[in-house]
Amino acid sequence: MKPGRMIIEVMRSFFKKPVTIKYPAVAFEMPDKFRGKLKFYPEKCIGCKMCMRDCPTGAITINKIGDKQFEAEIDLGKCIYCAQCVDSCLKKALEATKDVELAQLDSRKLKVVFNASPKNTP
Amino acid sequence: MHDSHKFKIPIGPQHPALKEPESFSVALKGEKILGVDIRLGYNHRGIEKACEERTFLQDVYLVERVCGICSHSHSTCFVQAVEEIAGLEIPSRAKYLRTLIAELERVHSHLLWLGVAGHEIGFDTLLMYTWRDREIVMDILAQFTGNRVNYGMNTIGGVRRDIDVSQVKDALKAVDTLQERTKYYIEIATSEVTIIKRLSGVGVLSYEDALRLDAVGPTARASGVKRDVRKDDPYAAYADVSFDVITDNHSDVYGRTVVRLKELLESFKIIRQVLENLPAGPIAIKAPRKIPAGEAISRYEAPRGEDVHFVKSNGGEKPERVKIRAPTLANVQAVKHMLKDRFLADMPIVIAAIDPCFSCTDRSIEISYLDDARKKEVLTWPELHAYSIDWHRKRGIDFSSLNKKLKEGFKTS
Ligand code: SF4
Ligand code: SF4
Repeated sequence: MKPGRMIIEVMRSFFKKPVTIKYPAVAFEMPDKFRGKLKFYPEKCIGCKMCMRDCPTGAITINKIGDKQFEAEIDLGKCIYCAQCVDSCLKKALEATKDVELAQLDSRKLKVVFNASPKNTP
Repeated sequence: MHDSHKFKIPIGPQHPALKEPESFSVALKGEKILGVDIRLGYNHRGIEKACEERTFLQDVYLVERVCGICSHSHSTCFVQAVEEIAGLEIPSRAKYLRTLIAELERVHSHLLWLGVAGHEIGFDTLLMYTWRDREIVMDILAQFTGNRVNYGMNTIGGVRRDIDVSQVKDALKAVDTLQERTKYYIEIATSEVTIIKRLSGVGVLSYEDALRLDAVGPTARASGVKRDVRKDDPYAAYADVSFDVITDNHSDVYGRTVVRLKELLESFKIIRQVLENLPAGPIAIKAPRKIPAGEAISRYEAPRGEDVHFVKSNGGEKPERVKIRAPTLANVQAVKHMLKDRFLADMPIVIAAIDPCFSCTDRSIEISYLDDARKKEVLTWPELHAYSIDWHRKRGIDFSSLNKKLKEGFKTS
């Protein structure tokens, strides 16, 4: 190994940007097709429950709470983020977001209920 | 360790990183391995039974989780069987996309393996380099499928995500970078005396033994057995692409390294052909909920060897039986043979040579002296690892200068 080449290498490494990202100080963008936390649009849901039928883990439950009104209860601890429910829903009432920061100290907080009236929806 | 004693060393049984946890009970005389007993089944997850309790569609996601590294292998193998029973002819774009993800997965798995192998022999710079390069392929996988692992690409009747032109361009560029780096690794592996000396003659499996013990994948191909499902029984789009089946006659860990490295180049070749000739059209067809009665066997060349799924349907929404034979199971017998009469210090690399995710875990090894039951010693996996590196260093195989040399000489981009 020639010393000259070594110095060039050292200098180059000195100015190169690091491979790692300083997460969580620096935000990290997920790829476009990422399957993260689900979002539910109650106004589109017709209560067919196809999402419940196809979910591999039983993480999603659709409840009828009024006339043509439905709420979705999603257990984020059970969900494997496969987005099969999104594919199964013919009314496009479900959507996979890029949200991944879902860790909770209290497991009860992993149960998310998307209420039928939009203002109560998280 | 003392040469005159006979020991029995149990390794395992818990290796949570493995899809097939194993227990190795090694009988030693001094440092020589007299024999190895392998027991399987400690981490039985009941996946096959669970498959019977779920619908075919739900099973796709379940079998995808058989293995974290070759997740696409298992789900493709499964959906192929289901599609065959249902008589579904999937669109050719879907076939190409399956092939694409399969080859990207092979690249990521082989690079991972190369790093692990480097680590096991004390060549940690190689680990750092290959795992850095592996990020490139992980990023393409994330772009194509959404996730770095458990891609969720397959569904019965096709694939779930399409790719667009700009992604194709990015991927082609990334493949060029990876190819250049792989060539560099091949150059190192075939010219550096330290690597050749360390890996040659270790874990020998002759051509006859590879056939007799039914070794699969790179393990078999490194013993000269030309066996590759992609060629022998083409599935997905493999019939449309040209590539070579890499074999090698070294029959040892060195041969397995060379085979995997050269296979990377073949994978790049396939990825390029797939990306350039991607047919237009739909990516999936509608699959029925109820799969007609029947049964099928599906074969798939996973990064570690042939993966086999058997699916039987009785005409309902759920399968009646699902049987999965993952490649490591086929290679375990060969490991037993490879270790006999070798030194304990070669054990980590010989075991790592068949399976890339073996050495991710720390585990404790208890040494009981066979001739004195009261004496006991405990070796952890890192200690065995350190012992192995030290043992070879004393015999003149030292990677520290090569580590240094590689760090300085690598042509960074
Ligand atoms: S599949 Fe869609 S429309 Fe049907 S219940 Fe689920 S969310 Fe509502
Ligand atoms: S993403 Fe998958 S696991 Fe989660 S609720 Fe939807 S179908 Fe169930």
